[in-house]
Amino acid sequence: MLEIRDLNVHYDMIHAIKGVSLEVHQGEIVTLIGANGAGKTTTLRTIAGLKKPTSGAITLKGEEITAASPRHRVQMGQALVPEGRHVFPGMTVLENLELGAYLRRDKAGIAADIEMVCGYFPILKDRRKQLAGTLSGGEQQMLAMARALMSRPEILLLDEPSMGLSPLLVSEIFAIIKTINGAGTTILLVEQNAGMALSIASRAYVMETGSIVLSGTGAELMESDEIRKAYLGG
Amino acid sequence: MDVFLQQLVNGISLGSIYALVALGYTMVYGIIKLINFAHCDIYMIGAYIGYFCMTFLGLGFLPSLLVAMLGCMVLGVLIEKIAYKPLRNAARISLLITAIGMSLFLEYGTMFFVTAKLRTYPALEGLMAKSFTVGGVMITMQQVVIVLTTVVLMLGLQYIVKYTRAGKAMRAVSMDKDAAELMGIDVNNTISVTFAIGSALAGAAGVLVGVYYNTINPLMGAVPGLKAFVAAVFGGIGLIPGAMVGGYVIGIIEVLVMGAGYSTYRDAVVFAILILILILKPAGLLGKNVGEKV
Ligand SMILES: Nc1ncnc2c1ncn2[C@@H]1O[C@H](COP(=O)(O)OP(=O)(O)OP(=O)(O)O)[C@@H](O)[C@H]1O
Ligand SMILES: [Mg+2]
Repeated sequence: MLEIRDLNVHYDMIHAIKGVSLEVHQGEIVTLIGANGAGKTTTLRTIAGLKKPTSGAITLKGEEITAASPRHRVQMGQALVPEGRHVFPGMTVLENLELGAYLRRDKAGIAADIEMVCGYFPILKDRRKQLAGTLSGGEQQMLAMARALMSRPEILLLDEPSMGLSPLLVSEIFAIIKTINGAGTTILLVEQNAGMALSIASRAYVMETGSIVLSGTGAELMESDEIRKAYLGG
Repeated sequence: MDVFLQQLVNGISLGSIYALVALGYTMVYGIIKLINFAHCDIYMIGAYIGYFCMTFLGLGFLPSLLVAMLGCMVLGVLIEKIAYKPLRNAARISLLITAIGMSLFLEYGTMFFVTAKLRTYPALEGLMAKSFTVGGVMITMQQVVIVLTTVVLMLGLQYIVKYTRAGKAMRAVSMDKDAAELMGIDVNNTISVTFAIGSALAGAAGVLVGVYYNTINPLMGAVPGLKAFVAAVFGGIGLIPGAMVGGYVIGIIEVLVMGAGYSTYRDAVVFAILILILILKPAGLLGKNVGEKV
């Protein structure tokens, strides 16, 4: 589905991503974990086309998209839920959802999908006339996810969906990620909450200072001593 | 009372023109955080296009207005593409200096082609030359036309911004550029649309001012441009309703100051308002006082 080869990304002099390769197969939940500043967000932003890589290749559904616009990637069925949610604060919940479907023209399908995402996140239905900027952090996270789903992505990239949420809400969000995946959407999940992420992932990559240092199935990494020490608190 | 009402009518007419120009400042600021100094010159060129349409092509008010709006629309988009777009990732000060340069270029470029002499809009005839009195207040047909045109344009703008795809894209880009890109919105395209709309409104204001005050010249944009900018800041820069309200408030205040016999101070009062607003409520009348987000 998604394949990255030898990706290098710089911020001026900072070499943020150093030769990263990874792949996500159709139907999988793959997680990318790592400490603060490891380069997870940079990797996702590069995949989404918001940041240009210095070298390397990104392939989506067999088509090379390394230089493609973010718009083209959305058209091809990829969506990113960015770190920090980035909902449109001065627009209502409903307007945010409609913008998620910006590239679609099928009015009836859009209306049906708004119903569908409100099924995942019932709170959004109650709040649909409310400005997104006035939502709580958890509600904004749900809105950001729902908005991304409105483009009907085949692959959904999630950047720390659990950040700043209560444990209860985190479990809820992870349950929904599994449901979305069960409905056929491939998922690449970036997390600092390694325990939760590994528990739902089919495969995982561990990133440290711009490089992938470990990879394997979720279960394998859960068992690994290094991971337990570094990310799972013993 | 009659005198006050009369001045209110005059203030609303002048305020319409400020509001139309202020909208362009505010929309462009909202989307690329640039105070587009060249905007007031687009308004001036709109006045000239209207003048040439009426004088040499013998077109009526409405066709001239439309041609001027179209011409300014093209000009605004070209300016953005040629002068501002290459600096999209440069320091903001570079962009600001470029805008000032563009303003001077348009002013003296126009002067080169049409000379610096004052031009006079043709006298209006027929219905457009009429005026009537309501309850002791004289309203000229020009004033009616100015206010009517402005209201129609503002309603059109509100419709575009609220309900069309392009308008939604504009709001999305001005709120969060990255998020807008993630929705599949073409940011460059959206910026062009914003310049197109803002410039068309300025072009309309130029024709209206020509019809209202009759004489135009290549430097006519400078002072009204600054006042429209004050209007935009007054209402809250980046906020479309703010520019509308700000335009009317500044227009009315200016006319009241003149009516009170302080014509000499009319400009000073407007700029004193700017200073007061910046001290008391920097985010403007309709703005929320939040630190500028980077
Ligand atoms: N806009 C930027 N300009 C310069 N350097 C940046 C920028 N964004 C990130 N970096 C640097 O790139 C490196 C990777 O950052 P990145 O945000 O991708 O990490 P991350 O794994 O997502 O971290 P976190 O878990 O805190 O979100 C860091 O050293 C960071 O300082
Ligand atoms: Mg991050």
